[in-house]
Formats: sequence, structure tokens, C-alpha cells
Amino acid sequence: MKYIALVYYREQIMNDMSQQEWDALNQECIAGVEKLVADGKMLDGAPLLSVDTATTVRVREGRITTTDGPFAETREQLAGFYLLEARDLNEAIQLGGRIPTARYGSIEVRPVRELRAEDNER
Amino acid sequence: MQQLDELYRQESRRVLATLIRLLGDFDLAEEALHEAFAAALDQWPQTGVPANPRAWLVSTGRFKAIDRLRRRSRHDQILTELQQTAEQETTSSLADEAVGDDRLRLIFTCCHPALSTEARLALTLREVCGLTTEEVARAFLARPSTIAQRIVRAKSKIRDARIPYEVPAGPQLHERLQSVLAVVYLLYNEGYAASAGDQLQRQSLSREAIHLGRLLGQLLPQPEVMGLLALMLLQDARSAARVSAGELITLEDQDRSLWDQKQISEGIELVEQALPRPGMGPYCLQAAIAAVHAEAATYADTDWAQILALYDLLYKLTPTSVVALNRAVALAMVHGPEAGLELIDPLLEDLAPRGYHLAYAARAELNRRLGRYEQARRDYEQALALVEQAPEQRHLERQLSSLPTVDAQ
Repeated sequence: MKYIALVYYREQIMNDMSQQEWDALNQECIAGVEKLVADGKMLDGAPLLSVDTATTVRVREGRITTTDGPFAETREQLAGFYLLEARDLNEAIQLGGRIPTARYGSIEVRPVRELRAEDNER
Repeated sequence: MQQLDELYRQESRRVLATLIRLLGDFDLAEEALHEAFAAALDQWPQTGVPANPRAWLVSTGRFKAIDRLRRRSRHDQILTELQQTAEQETTSSLADEAVGDDRLRLIFTCCHPALSTEARLALTLREVCGLTTEEVARAFLARPSTIAQRIVRAKSKIRDARIPYEVPAGPQLHERLQSVLAVVYLLYNEGYAASAGDQLQRQSLSREAIHLGRLLGQLLPQPEVMGLLALMLLQDARSAARVSAGELITLEDQDRSLWDQKQISEGIELVEQALPRPGMGPYCLQAAIAAVHAEAATYADTDWAQILALYDLLYKLTPTSVVALNRAVALAMVHGPEAGLELIDPLLEDLAPRGYHLAYAARAELNRRLGRYEQARRDYEQALALVEQAPEQRHLERQLSSLPTVDAQ
């Protein structure tokens, strides 16, 4: 079963790090990803640039409108995602716990929904 | 058929726990359980009760579920798997050991930390204890529709997020067991001292919690499981003395002849077995403290030095403000009220905003003993501003009104 692990943290924590500390954390993430992929547990994923770069797009009455920033201001900001392959939620939780930034922020683990032609889940 | 009623009470939770494993779905298993009992009611008067009624109920339930899935013409994976396994494993999966494992699986699943605390409580009462939705609602002073919705959501999350039906192994077991024990103790406390309202003891909840504690003790006899059971038994042993005409009676003023000595000796025996074992933890220590209180013939005979030593250990394991407050009260009994007050003052900053009225009540009591009645009055007033439970409130009001008006010094 596929789960997505959404990585949230306060960007300020990372901004307050020295370049060396930040690079070290990123190296830890690279090693973690390599291990997850080698274990057959990670299908995809990506880190994101700061929410300062976010643009929110909506379509209303057929027209695109854009606004600056993320759709909601939150205490912790979305920083990236992992697409995981896990037997069940217990394994997904264990895998989420292996993400290095879980020490600083939060990992939201959610099952992935399948897009179907009909009988779609809600 | 009276025999069937009896059997339902004894076996329905076991049968359900196994059906959930076999069918992989709570709702399907519940429907199957009811259909199996309906079939028994229909057939047993003619055929007689089968040699192994539980096995009959499980296997009938499973075939009823297969029928139901067929009628829905959902030829999905579940149905295929079910048909393949239906003939093979009935006997082995119904051995007592396997059934015990199923009951543990059910408990661990209902108490999964990925479910909200409210959902864990409702689901455990409903599925493990077999209470009806209405009974669960009454116990939590909630509307049945609210509880029903909570249970439906929890079951959907179990199914959709795929919370596995298993007892966790290895290092996860310890952490997950904490979640299970916390649910049982929360249930007990909901019964022991309702968090709001005028009903001081919703004893049915305490009874269910003790029942769950006994079940866990049989299935997973780890020190903390025994410790929690002992703690509940020892606290519950005082329940008859704790309330008189709807009014709260503190430990100091309780009629100790009303304490249930049979439960006390059972509790003490459990603590004595659990304490020396590796894996002993906060529940064992709290039970040991309750045991020291239970062993004192009068309040004056209480071995406060031993209680303080136990609180020292407990604080090392769980350094929370609440434990620190209880430790300060014990310390005041050993070293005098002033020593206790010194420890309580810094705790108020943390406890008062959380509405913990007992911090002010404890300080009031120590100030009263020191003859500082004005300060005691202010403390009682602050405790009263925080208290939610009516009997506790009346108790504090009585304490307040019995204070002399002039300080002793």
C-alpha cells in the first residue's frame, strides 16, 4: 500500500542553522533516501523550496486567479514529501520515523487514494 | 434460550476478535457475529448445543460473511482469500492460544495511537467490552449519535489507513502497550472521578476497566500490566468509603472498615509480584503507593516515609508536575508543611493554567496546618475557581467555610 509522508517544519529552525549544519542535515536526508530506495520502501519524493516561493492558484468562474504564498499560513510549513510503499500503517509510521527532519518538525503520514474511472473513494 | 444469552456474554467478544482477524473488517465481523448467534438461536433448540460452541459460531459467522459478500456480488480479493482459507484453518485458528492472541490483537488495534483518545475509549468499550453504543454514550455523558459517529470514523481509519490487526513485536510492543494501558486507566478514571458533572463515580466504567485489566493480565502478564490492575483494584477497594450521601470523603476521613479487604489483598499480592521484576514502571509504583495507604489501619498510621520514597522513584521515571505535587504532599507529611510548601509554589505556574485545582487545594491544606488561614482562604478560592466537578466543589467549600477567620500567629 502506498502512503505519502508530508514533511513539515518551521523554516526558521533551518534558517537559523549554519551552512555547515544545514548541509550535514541534507547529507543525512540523502543517505536516508538512498537507504529507503534500496529497501524498496520509497517510490518518489522531493524537498521543496521555502514557502516564500509559493504561489496559490485557483480557478473561479473559469478564470485563473493567483495569490502570493501558501494556501494557509501554518506554524510549520510544508517542506517536502516522500512517497512510501508500506505493508500497513505501522510500517509507514516506522518509515516516517526514519526521516531525519522528523526530529525538528512533523511528518504527516496518509494513505494514497487511487484515482479510478468509477466507485471512487472519498 | 437462556443458555445462549449466557454464551453470548461469555463468548461474543472472543468470537468477534477472531472473526475480525479472519474477515479483515470490523463491520463485516460484527454482522457475521450477529448472524452466527441468530443461526444458533434458530438451530440449537433442535440440534442441541455443539461440542465446541465457539468454533461453531466462528465458522458459521465466517460462512455467513462469505454469503453476504457473494450476495453483494463483490468478487473482490477478500472473498477469494476467504473461500480459500475457510476450510483449511478452522481448527488451528480456534485453539485457545490463537483466540487469546485475537483478543490481544483487538485490544491493540482499538487502542492504536493513530486513533484519537476519544475514539480509542469508545472503540474499546464497544468492541472489546461489548457495550452498546447507547451504554458508551451514557458513560461519557455524550449523545449516542456522537459516539456512533466517533466509532464509525475510527473503523474507517482502521480500514482505509490500514491499521494492522496485530500485536506489535519487539521494541514497538513496549510503546504500544503504554497506549493500551493509558486507555484502560483513562476508562478507570472516567469511572472513578467523572471529569465533569455531578456524578462522582460512574462505577460501570471502573468495572469495565478492571475487567479489561484482568483480561490483559491473563493475556500479557507483564509487570506494568499487573501494576495497573493492582492500582485499579486498590483504588476501587476504597470506593464505598469515598462517597457518603453524594459527598466526597477524603482519605483522611474515610471509614476504613468500608474498604474492600479482598480486593486490597489481591492488589497487594499483585504489586508484590510485579515490583521486583524487570520492566517495573510508573503503574507498579503508583500501585505500591496505594498499597501503603491500604495497609494503614488509620490515617495516622500511614507510613509516609515509605510513600515519599516511592514518590522519589516515581518522579525519577515520570518527572511531571502532578507527580511532583503528590511528592510534595508526602514530603510535607514527613518533614512538615513548610518543606512541602516550598516545593508546591514553583509547581503552580505549570499546574494552574491547566486547571489543576488540586495544586491550590494542597497548598491551602498545608497553609491551614501552619495556621496561615488567610493564605489558605485565598488558595481554596483559587481551587474553587478551577474545579469542575460538583462534589469536589462542595468539598472545597466545606473546607473553606470551616477555616477560622483569624490567623493562628
